[in-house]
Amino acid sequence: MASIPTTAIEIAAAVRSGELSAREVLESHLDAIEAREPEINAFNLVLADEARAAATAIDERVAAGEDPGVLAGVPLALKDNLCTHGIPTTCSSRILEGWRPPYDATVVQRVAAAGAIAIGKTNLDEFAMGSSTENSAFGPTRNPRDLSRVPGGSSGGSAAAVAAGFAPISLGSDTGGSIRQPAALCGVVGVKPTYGMVSRYGLVAFASSLDQIGPFSTTVADSALLLEAIAGHDPRDSTSINAAAPSLLDVLDQGVAGLRIGLVTELMGEGIAPDVAARVRQAAEALAAAGAEIGEVSIPALSYGLSAYYLIAPAEASSNLARYDGVRYGMRVDAATTAEMNTKTRTAGFGDEVKRRIMLGTYALSAGYYDAYYGKALKVRTLIMRDFETAYKDFDLLLTPTSPTTAFRFGEKTSDPLSMYLNDICTIPTNLAGHPAMSVPFGAGSDGMPVGVQLMAPALAEPTMFRAAAVLEDAAPPLEEAFQ
Amino acid sequence: MTLNLTHEPIEGEHFTITSENTGDVWEIVVGLEVHCELATVTKLFCGCPNMFGDEPNTNVCPVCLGLPGSLPVLNHQVVELAMRLGRALHCSVEPSVFARKNYFYPDMPKDYQVSQFDRPINVDGWLDLPDGTRVGIERAHIEEDTGKNTHAGGSGRIHGADYSLVDYNRAGVPLVEIVGRPHIRHPEQAKMYIDELRAILLATGASDAKMEEGSLRVDANVSVRRVGDPELGKRCEIKNLNSLRSLGRAIDYEARRQVDLLEEGIAIRQETRHWDEGAGRTRPGRSKEEAEDYRYFQEPDLVPLEPSAEWIAAIDAALPVLPAQRRAILAEAAGVGATESGVVMAVQRGLDGLALAAIDQGGEGRRVLTHVEHNLAVDGAGSLDPKHLAELVGLELAGQLTATQAKTVLAEMVSSGSSPAAIATELGFEAMDSSELEAMIDAIIAESPDEWSSFRDADEKRHAKLQGFFVGKVMKVSKGQADGKAVTAILESRRNASS
Repeated sequence: MASIPTTAIEIAAAVRSGELSAREVLESHLDAIEAREPEINAFNLVLADEARAAATAIDERVAAGEDPGVLAGVPLALKDNLCTHGIPTTCSSRILEGWRPPYDATVVQRVAAAGAIAIGKTNLDEFAMGSSTENSAFGPTRNPRDLSRVPGGSSGGSAAAVAAGFAPISLGSDTGGSIRQPAALCGVVGVKPTYGMVSRYGLVAFASSLDQIGPFSTTVADSALLLEAIAGHDPRDSTSINAAAPSLLDVLDQGVAGLRIGLVTELMGEGIAPDVAARVRQAAEALAAAGAEIGEVSIPALSYGLSAYYLIAPAEASSNLARYDGVRYGMRVDAATTAEMNTKTRTAGFGDEVKRRIMLGTYALSAGYYDAYYGKALKVRTLIMRDFETAYKDFDLLLTPTSPTTAFRFGEKTSDPLSMYLNDICTIPTNLAGHPAMSVPFGAGSDGMPVGVQLMAPALAEPTMFRAAAVLEDAAPPLEEAFQ
Repeated sequence: MTLNLTHEPIEGEHFTITSENTGDVWEIVVGLEVHCELATVTKLFCGCPNMFGDEPNTNVCPVCLGLPGSLPVLNHQVVELAMRLGRALHCSVEPSVFARKNYFYPDMPKDYQVSQFDRPINVDGWLDLPDGTRVGIERAHIEEDTGKNTHAGGSGRIHGADYSLVDYNRAGVPLVEIVGRPHIRHPEQAKMYIDELRAILLATGASDAKMEEGSLRVDANVSVRRVGDPELGKRCEIKNLNSLRSLGRAIDYEARRQVDLLEEGIAIRQETRHWDEGAGRTRPGRSKEEAEDYRYFQEPDLVPLEPSAEWIAAIDAALPVLPAQRRAILAEAAGVGATESGVVMAVQRGLDGLALAAIDQGGEGRRVLTHVEHNLAVDGAGSLDPKHLAELVGLELAGQLTATQAKTVLAEMVSSGSSPAAIATELGFEAMDSSELEAMIDAIIAESPDEWSSFRDADEKRHAKLQGFFVGKVMKVSKGQADGKAVTAILESRRNASS
């Protein structure tokens, strides 16, 4: 038996050519899961039987001379807030207990159509609210590189699954950094595409105007491959951009010569760990060495990003999560009246962080407070977009840390929600602007844990962003190399 | 929806309540909010059929059930019909956005309703009533309907029910809410407004507008004020108005209730009240523990709606001629006022086309309208040849048919389709020759000398009665063939000659 390659591109090539069977690829990944999943807890549900059936079907198609697609036989993990037909979709919340969606999310359909094998549903902070996966109702996911540390969040399970070799690629969702931050903390690639590039149909909403689905992978090229497969217009999502998926794989080797790349002043100073900031500077040097022009840029409105985000996201969440009322699906705690049943169900079904954000959001939208909170946050959002627009007049891309620190330890930030929220300070602005951004592993911090650097780009500039990411990937110091 | 309370006082007749206790004269002020279901093939945000009366929970999908992860996609036909209605109500079509109205209710799958709040699609129009009143339209916006709760067991009402069932077939059905300004001044006018609005909804194809099936629902904001008072009173919103009759009765009841309270020095509390048709009164809604706060914000799952100028122009070009315009056209052709009942009825019955054609064929306007108003049932009149109607009116005016005969002939025209002349001949309705009529009258005078002398000497008061005696006799003898006008003319000439 040939050895199983680690990247999606290699696996798909081997399966399409008949060199490897999808089934043997799958079994090797199921073995990896069996070996380490108990200590990592990346999955809410491993779909071994379904995956075996799907892999067998792929092998049959290859045997029949068909081409199952660009992701043929590639095991793929799905964040458990993506709807899967007939398969429990929990959002790591008790309130969705027992619910099986009667439909597949658009991205789930698209990866299946490309031949990928859904291997499991991954753990997350409940309803994607958190930065450590500690808010999951089913227990935290552990960082495969150090089990005493968090994998980041909210897509911690999807990041950990890729880092642990459970699947070469996975899908997450990113509302304020929920793909990029765990990618950074687990040492993998994570991409938040332009808002509207990937259909949200079937993604259980947290904050609709910010949510975007994106890939995790061990290589930049695998993320390019997966993003190409899931991007493109979907008539079922009104906010979907009416354009075809971008070509990313084709441009990966184009380099960064002549690209103007800005280091964002506001995200390089206070609040950013010195080792992380040093890695970002080192990344800038690598880009300069490859021919990019590096400059510094100030984006003043970024300082207000976190405050605006923690009004806008909870406001939308308070409305999006109203439907979990015990009437139609999921958990119900019976009571004498409907209103009482609603209250008891929601009290029992939601965890503390979700309740905190529902209350924050309800407050921010309330009569008498709307203008001071939600209304003002929308204005800040406009300011941030304007400041980005100004910055992108002088720069093609921006470079920042993905997260202020490397992976922290369990319990370190759970008692202080604000310190947890500060984790998203580098990632939130692009969600507010609707722009793409990605985290690329770039060596280790002083604790030996991975550091991620973030590339940000204007709307639809994914091709440029991926070119720079490929350069950073080539230049990245090995994780094992101690931080100097 | 809050009403805009600034308004211009309207001209015209005021329906008032005069207090028996104080003698004060009060005026009723009404603004109506109408929800109507649009007659689309599918629902507002998904492809489920928009059908009334199907088996519960058969026309549902992840979107209209608000399942986690589902997203709305705006139905193009909804926008088309909403704009058509808006333009028919003389509104301007504005760039609009959808908003979420947040509140918990089991018949609402997402626990928010997608509606339009601060930027509705149609704003600032009007509707002209048949009585000439112009009622302002503040806005007509798009929103989604809710499902329907059924409370089973116990009392059958929400309190004390054993359990409740929800049918989501109606959830996500497109509605337009038409918010009228408080320009209505009496219950009959409110009914007239709904009738007129319904005619517009039907004419534009926007809705089937059936109050009994709930595809047209009316809430009435009612307040009272002393006549001459420029300020509007505190209003109550009356719900559960399931028929035009309920609407009229509820407004009348509510206005009197408010006058009674105010005269006792009790302030009106702004509240929602429910009409109880059986008891003939309004009752306060269940008092809410907390103030309603819908926490509106822009719906992030939908994009702003900006119909192009071309689209709006195409809508305008395709609008049918609307009732008010039809009344104006008919009134002008008939040479009468647009508020005359003949004009209003002709348009209401859809017979204005017939009337116009008959007038065009030379039929005298007023007589044509008289026939349309009084002698034509709606059914069957459609096949009536307008040329024949014009001819009938001509025969009448020439004195060849009496009004009574004309009515009979018309009925026969409707059923047989023959010409009035042929029918008159067939029925023996030959006009009497004037010498024949004079001879008949002279014979009758000779038969009744006492009555004749009384008539001859009668004062103003008795004259009409005695004239009636002779006309009646002539009609009896002539078997209705005599023309009433000719008979009185002959009687008067004989009377003048003999006095």
